[in-house]
Amino acid sequence: MAQAANADFKTRLQTWLPKLVLSPSLAMVLIFVYGFIAFSVYLSFTDSRLLPSFGWVGWENYSKLWRLSHWETSITNMGIFALLYIGICTVLGLSLAIFLDQKIRAEGFIRTVYLYPMALSFIVTGTAWKWFLDPGIGLENVMQSWGWTSFEFDWIKNRDFAIYTVVLAAVWQTSGFVMAMFLAGLRGIDNEILKAAQMDGASNWNLYRRIIIPQLRPAFLSAFVILSHLAIKTFDLVIALTGGGPGRATELPATFMYSYTFSRNQMGIGAASATIMLMTIAAIMIPYLYAELREKK
Amino acid sequence: MGFLDIDNTTKSYGAVEVLHNVDISIEEGEFLVLVGPSGCGKSTLLNMIAGLEEISSGEIRIKDQVMNGVHPSKRNIAMVFQSYALYPNMKVGQNITFGLEMHGTPKPEREKAMREVANLLQIEQLLDRKPGALSGGQRQRVAMGRALVRDPDVFLFDEPLSNLDAKLRVDMRTEIKKLHQKLGTTIVYVTHDQIEAMTLSTRIAVMNGGYVQQLGTPQDIYDTPANIFVATFMGSPAMNVVPARVAVENGKPMARVALHDGTETALPFSQDNMADWDGKDILLGIRPETITDEDAADRKSSNIAHMTNRIVVTEPAGSDTFVTMTMGGKDVIARMRSDAEVHPGADFTFAVNMEKAVAFDPATEARIAP
Amino acid sequence: MMAHATQDTAIRTGRAVRMLIYLVLVLFALFYMLPLYVMLVNSVKPLDEITGGGMMNLPQVWTLAPWAKAWSSAQIGVEPTGLSPYFWNSIKMVVPAVAISTILGALNGYVLTKWRFRGDTILFGLMLFACFIPFQIVLIPMARMLGLMGLAGTTWGLVLVHVVYGIGFTTLYFRNYYAVFPTELVRAAQIDGAGFFQIFWRILLPSSGPIAVVSIIWQFTNIWNDFLFGASFAGADSQPMTVALNNLVQASHGVKEYNVHFAGAILAALPTLLVYIVAGRYFVRGLMAGSVKG
Repeated sequence: MAQAANADFKTRLQTWLPKLVLSPSLAMVLIFVYGFIAFSVYLSFTDSRLLPSFGWVGWENYSKLWRLSHWETSITNMGIFALLYIGICTVLGLSLAIFLDQKIRAEGFIRTVYLYPMALSFIVTGTAWKWFLDPGIGLENVMQSWGWTSFEFDWIKNRDFAIYTVVLAAVWQTSGFVMAMFLAGLRGIDNEILKAAQMDGASNWNLYRRIIIPQLRPAFLSAFVILSHLAIKTFDLVIALTGGGPGRATELPATFMYSYTFSRNQMGIGAASATIMLMTIAAIMIPYLYAELREKK
Repeated sequence: MGFLDIDNTTKSYGAVEVLHNVDISIEEGEFLVLVGPSGCGKSTLLNMIAGLEEISSGEIRIKDQVMNGVHPSKRNIAMVFQSYALYPNMKVGQNITFGLEMHGTPKPEREKAMREVANLLQIEQLLDRKPGALSGGQRQRVAMGRALVRDPDVFLFDEPLSNLDAKLRVDMRTEIKKLHQKLGTTIVYVTHDQIEAMTLSTRIAVMNGGYVQQLGTPQDIYDTPANIFVATFMGSPAMNVVPARVAVENGKPMARVALHDGTETALPFSQDNMADWDGKDILLGIRPETITDEDAADRKSSNIAHMTNRIVVTEPAGSDTFVTMTMGGKDVIARMRSDAEVHPGADFTFAVNMEKAVAFDPATEARIAP
Repeated sequence: MMAHATQDTAIRTGRAVRMLIYLVLVLFALFYMLPLYVMLVNSVKPLDEITGGGMMNLPQVWTLAPWAKAWSSAQIGVEPTGLSPYFWNSIKMVVPAVAISTILGALNGYVLTKWRFRGDTILFGLMLFACFIPFQIVLIPMARMLGLMGLAGTTWGLVLVHVVYGIGFTTLYFRNYYAVFPTELVRAAQIDGAGFFQIFWRILLPSSGPIAVVSIIWQFTNIWNDFLFGASFAGADSQPMTVALNNLVQASHGVKEYNVHFAGAILAALPTLLVYIVAGRYFVRGLMAGSVKG
């Protein structure tokens, strides 16, 4: 091999350095992410309770899980929450972006105001909304002290409505970010196309419906992927806002997993619920990442 | 053994071979241009000479030293990139001396070399500026300065003029040619522009589809293209390629070509060996400038044929007028003097310099005469 | 994201429609400001003004006592320490975690774009997917691993956790940024004789300011705001601010001091809010430079 003979030591080192530099990160990810995932998935098939244990029980944890009313509540809540959260954020984000794209005065300031909630911790957001929505001191109390004595707003204490307060706080936190994504998409559309459509006699309504919004497909896709994974991971907000209550009215899979694993010592069931969460996210993320990375090649 | 030898070299990505058995050898001081359409493999070949791409098989030698596997910085080469690749965070002076610094040249020597090069290229006043503050032409000069300062065995140019506007491109072309004549350096230059290739080179390698189609001097390539690809790629407007049939009349081989109305004209070949093709179809290559009016026909030519054909379109271009007609069912362009009396729709008698005509085999597209 | 902020939109709207648009925009601005207003005014008024139905009013008596109490004497868990020790815990965790994850992200991005090799996209995909997993799936083994490494309950344990689950994002940012950084510059530097680290240090890093800002802001915000890892892995003397705030607010004993809770919430929000207000526009600009999608 002429090639090897000619390559001096330094040159050979140079060819290995890139992989060497990448390897610590790669090792960390392989162990702490994929190794751990494997371990957790394995635990979901064992009789682990307070501590990991390795007695194989097959699908028992999963069948137990799906018989738990607590888990059923979490899943139902997840459905309601995800649907409303993703739907409202998308509609609101798109609408605000379109409004903000009309040569608005002080656009920069308004954008800043819409976006700042994203910088806050869900614990802070939860605390603020928790007391604002509290019937004892918050909105209800304020309205009554202002003279509207029949005003009632106790959703946060109401089993049937508490989940909607979680939606409200979550929408408040993320809709500005979705707005920014759509605004970027709007700004990326070629103005000449819009001018051409206007020459063709399209009204503003038709311009948006037929020309602009269809071109925002990538923004819709990104918004959906980001919102859905945030929805499934929602944990801190519930802890701070309602603590999962009243009763179990606002439990979500993430809080379910936490309490079963760490408070109720049902590690096997906790691991099973975490596995289901992972699979749900993977079903959304993997096709998305695959398409994104392929395209960039 | 030449100064730079590319010996039976191939390049593959996985199972896909993108360069096939390239053989090129040039002497010291030569200006080799690799020309071809995008994707022909010319830049890949240049990168292999530079050491930026591995050689899949074969050998590349500079001064008889095998370069396979040698790090780019140890090949004693310098390269000018299409985007100039000036380091944006360094001043012009630092850009020029960065390579010397990396090779451990002491600072006073670096400064001296930098001054010399800056003087040569007249960029002394730019040395303290950042590349972002330079015009396209200035960046081009700095990029050349960075290459020159290394005093390399071989200069590699990767489409260095393609980011300049038309006028500047012509000026810089002349500049590069002057520099080559003055310094006598060995240059390998990649371009897709056949005019750059013709004007700059001492030797051209025309590439297409990963093959070297023809290697030769600019005159060789222009007058005796190896095949139809080379014939039509080099020259502007491109060589006319017209279907024709060979017929021997009175012992002379003639090319019979259909005119606009389907009637045939017979154009005599200068090469007697075309008689071997009697009765067979060929493709006849005629350069636009060899179809003229009678007055402008080449007086030195011993073989001027005449034909009357209908003019379809005339395109006055100032110095010349381009005339389009139909021959063998194809559009054929003639390059006429600007004051030639030509009118669309009229019949005109053209003089064709058949001494310069080329014949190709329609099956292989290779040249059969001259 | 707002590359063409000054670009004219081709759309024209009537006067009435514009008034309506402004009205909607202002109403939503009020909606987004509302919680911040509530936190701010109620953090500087005495408790009885809040419980008496005056949550939306400006204070009648202005006081900084709730802030002082939240910072230095409120009961957190069992100790009346206030939030201050937890604030410093968060700082001690955030600074090294942000620095390490950003440096690793920069190196990874450099390798993945300028020293490409077979399979690099798959490796990157693996790193990227790691950002999106629900962290519940790693909680149990991570707790064990930290125990084995002797890092359970320590700040360094949290640093490790945040680095591991942050490098996906930092690598993404730097990779996208370096992907549009001209490869010809790297080749030119190779021919000039610069090595792997010299090219990184002398050629790429000096141009990496915008994306470093993005990576630092992103990591700072995420790590400062994290609750799940803090709640799961922190010990008594390494609990971060978010966990302490939650303990303060959820404490079930005694009178609920809403004004102290609000002051505490603002204290927890202050660092990220400041970063957002001061550097937010660099964040957007840097993202643009790397042409990051979603």
